[in-house]
Amino acid sequence: MSDYILEMRAITKEFPGVKALDNVSFQVRRGEIHCLVGENGAGKSTLMKVLSGVYPFGTFEGSILINGQPQQFRHVSDSEKQGIAIIYQELALFPELPIYENLFVGHEIMKGRIIDWKETKARAKGVLERVGLDLDPSMKIKDLGVGQRQLVEIAKALSRDAQILILDEPTAALNEDDSENLLNLLQELKGQGVTCILISHKLKEIVAVADTITVLRDGRVVTSLNARERKVTEQEIIKHMVGREIENIYPKRENVQIGDVLFEIKNWTVVDRTRNREILHNVNMQVRKGEIVGVAGLMGSGRTELALSIFGNVPGYQITSGELYLNGKQVQFRHPADAIKSGVAYVTEDRKLNGLVLIQDVKFNISLPALEKLVEGLVVNEHEEITMAEDYRRSFDIRTPSVKAKVGNLSGGNQQKASLAKWLFAEPSLLIMDEPTRGIDVGAKYEIYTLMNRLVAQGMSIIMISSELLEILGMSDRIYIMSEGTITGELDAQEATEEKIMAMATKTTEGVRE
Amino acid sequence: MKTADVTKKVGKGGLGAEIRSLLASNIRDYAMYVALVIIFIVFTIATDRLFISPRNLVNLVNQTGYVAVLAIGMTLILIIRHIDLSVGFVAGFLGAVAAILLMRGWNVWLVIPVVLLCGIAVGVYQGLLVTRIKVPAFVTTLAGMFIFRGLLSWVTAGTGTIIVRDRTFLQLSNGYIPDLPWGQNVNFHLLTLLLGIAMVGIFILGQFKQRQDLKRYNFPTTSPVIFVGKLVFFSAVILAVTWIMASYRGLPWTAVIVAIVLLIYNFILNKTRLGRHIYAIGGNPEAAELSGIKVRNVTFLVFASMGLMSALAGILYTSRLASATPTAGLGFELDAIASSYIGGVSVGGGVGRVTNTIVGALVIMSLTNGMNLLGVDISFQYVVKGIIFVLAVAFDVITRSKAKV
Repeated sequence: MSDYILEMRAITKEFPGVKALDNVSFQVRRGEIHCLVGENGAGKSTLMKVLSGVYPFGTFEGSILINGQPQQFRHVSDSEKQGIAIIYQELALFPELPIYENLFVGHEIMKGRIIDWKETKARAKGVLERVGLDLDPSMKIKDLGVGQRQLVEIAKALSRDAQILILDEPTAALNEDDSENLLNLLQELKGQGVTCILISHKLKEIVAVADTITVLRDGRVVTSLNARERKVTEQEIIKHMVGREIENIYPKRENVQIGDVLFEIKNWTVVDRTRNREILHNVNMQVRKGEIVGVAGLMGSGRTELALSIFGNVPGYQITSGELYLNGKQVQFRHPADAIKSGVAYVTEDRKLNGLVLIQDVKFNISLPALEKLVEGLVVNEHEEITMAEDYRRSFDIRTPSVKAKVGNLSGGNQQKASLAKWLFAEPSLLIMDEPTRGIDVGAKYEIYTLMNRLVAQGMSIIMISSELLEILGMSDRIYIMSEGTITGELDAQEATEEKIMAMATKTTEGVRE
Repeated sequence: MKTADVTKKVGKGGLGAEIRSLLASNIRDYAMYVALVIIFIVFTIATDRLFISPRNLVNLVNQTGYVAVLAIGMTLILIIRHIDLSVGFVAGFLGAVAAILLMRGWNVWLVIPVVLLCGIAVGVYQGLLVTRIKVPAFVTTLAGMFIFRGLLSWVTAGTGTIIVRDRTFLQLSNGYIPDLPWGQNVNFHLLTLLLGIAMVGIFILGQFKQRQDLKRYNFPTTSPVIFVGKLVFFSAVILAVTWIMASYRGLPWTAVIVAIVLLIYNFILNKTRLGRHIYAIGGNPEAAELSGIKVRNVTFLVFASMGLMSALAGILYTSRLASATPTAGLGFELDAIASSYIGGVSVGGGVGRVTNTIVGALVIMSLTNGMNLLGVDISFQYVVKGIIFVLAVAFDVITRSKAKV
């Protein structure tokens, strides 16, 4: 028997234009808790998808060995058979079904050709006990708390004799007690011989439970630290996560002139009514004229929710307290239309999902939020529209055969420029940009940054939400750091470092509660 | 009728390549025209030219009228990714309301606006359910289908079929526009002919203006041969139809009503802010909302317009039959939805033109008309229409998935 229950050797996985994993080797000892850390986009999830067969054998280079035996997973079910179970951030449970059905779905206990419900319920009870849940197996998932659901997921994996349990951000949505409970369980399972791979951003938890810590950065393994031999500190992990040279991809800002306060929110608290959970707690924020304010934070820290709640689009959210000031005057946005009228624009995180109308052409998309500027009488003046769109095409260098080409046919970077043009046509004084350079290449990024600098030089203010620390550091005048729905820190560009931001972004707060 | 723009400039390949590229990018529209031509040819042969006799063509226009206005309203509903199953019985019920009011001696010029307002009220009711309470349109209008079917048989329960005798009302779907005073001396309908010629003039001027605009902004244009070919073809079709009408009894009022409705809706969809918003909502409702479009209000308006069109269809149908019957409106929703889809409305929403929907309605009603002439059993007619409908949608799905986005 090999010392390692799992070995991944020299894994390279490429997507068009990007090397997501570059010669990654990763070994997991039997019965350990192995933590995998890295910034967003470092390659953690890709690595786990390679392991579980989401990316089938042959779509990547390198080999996977389980107990020393080479494996060729063509489908998730192949890796399941080898005892690998992944528990995702978005839980894969059926809320309307009882616990016992959820536990055995896909692996039903049969008596001949029909399901043996009696045996199912009996076994469910046993499996639940193993994860320390004292619940009636007939309860529906929707009636459980997030922490309990997480445990049911683990129970489900255990019921399938999982040998290697992969947990992707299991405590992201949990409160302190539930998180601790879950971590204790992992250690208990370790005692029973179950191996765990834990992906987490919460470094405090990692140093508490990890036997080994592997740090990924830009698709490569930076280091593998043995936490059993010596104590590993959070600072040490952070250093490995971010330790790289800042390449000069951020254009210089010239004659920065920062003016009066343009925008301010005070005590901004938002509740998600559908889940009855606070998603933003007591957020205070200020933006000055001509300023780029970076909002950093990990996924799920409430950045997008903050933007949407400011912009007046709150599907299922309720702003329970807080005031919004624009130019010193208190305002309320009930609909994005109100925000747009007051000069606020929001470039969404996912331009394909909710940013652009892909089946329509470039000019249609650009004119959409401020169409009234082109209306004469009743009629949209198409000549003016074309002239306007052509202007943006030239000044932003949107590469398209014509402004009558469908936006869906443009490349990511050009789509992003079109979304930017769309919002600038509305002449905002405050531009909120959510992940402004996600999924676009370096060249297009540089162009977007240059544009941003041009806009603030003209007196516009920008709130830039980003997961990329370098972008935050390279572009912002001031930085707010969010974690778990609260602002955990505010830094000036001069004093900010990646380490400081990371430390604040991974801080556990007692801000939002269930 | 404007064909979609060619996306690529075809410089080197010559005429053949340009035609191929036009075919590839407009295959949907062309398929519809080809289907219409085939239907016309087949029925003309099968009925020994009875099908294209002026009398029958006028008949076809009058039959298509009520379906056409329903289909125009339905096109908007489908573009914004909803559906309305209630339109048939709403039309039937409101047609009966018109008949009853006329029977009670109301003036026809009062009856028509009252019934149209009732239609808007129905649309408002369904629109409120869909947008405020968020009952899915499918459920809201399925329920509406039952409710208005019930109401229709209730109001006609005592009387059975209600005969309409008001001459003005009957003119709507059976009459013709009056001729000019000096048209008496010729053996054709002068005003109809003049209108036809004017239409050709407007069409040609419009096309030239459009082409000039394209050139002005350096957008690709079709080659002169294709452009002139298109002008000649459509002008010939308009003139031929005009001549047939003029040599019979002139332009039917139904055609005038449909044309006005078509012009208004086409204007709204293509020229106004509301039209842009409708297409944006259909293309990506989330993006539309985040662009400041009040999706709820627009959706509500579209349902209200559907109610109005249902009322108009009810009036036209009652006028056509000169009576209101307890089963009026049965299956109209299918004809309306099928017309829209055959006319190129995308199943995914966001795409569709009312001008093409009218052609779609002609396809559906030519089938009905032709099969009626041939004496095809009504049950078999349903089967044929169902097959054509599903084929049209399948064709749409296939061509769109090939074109991607």
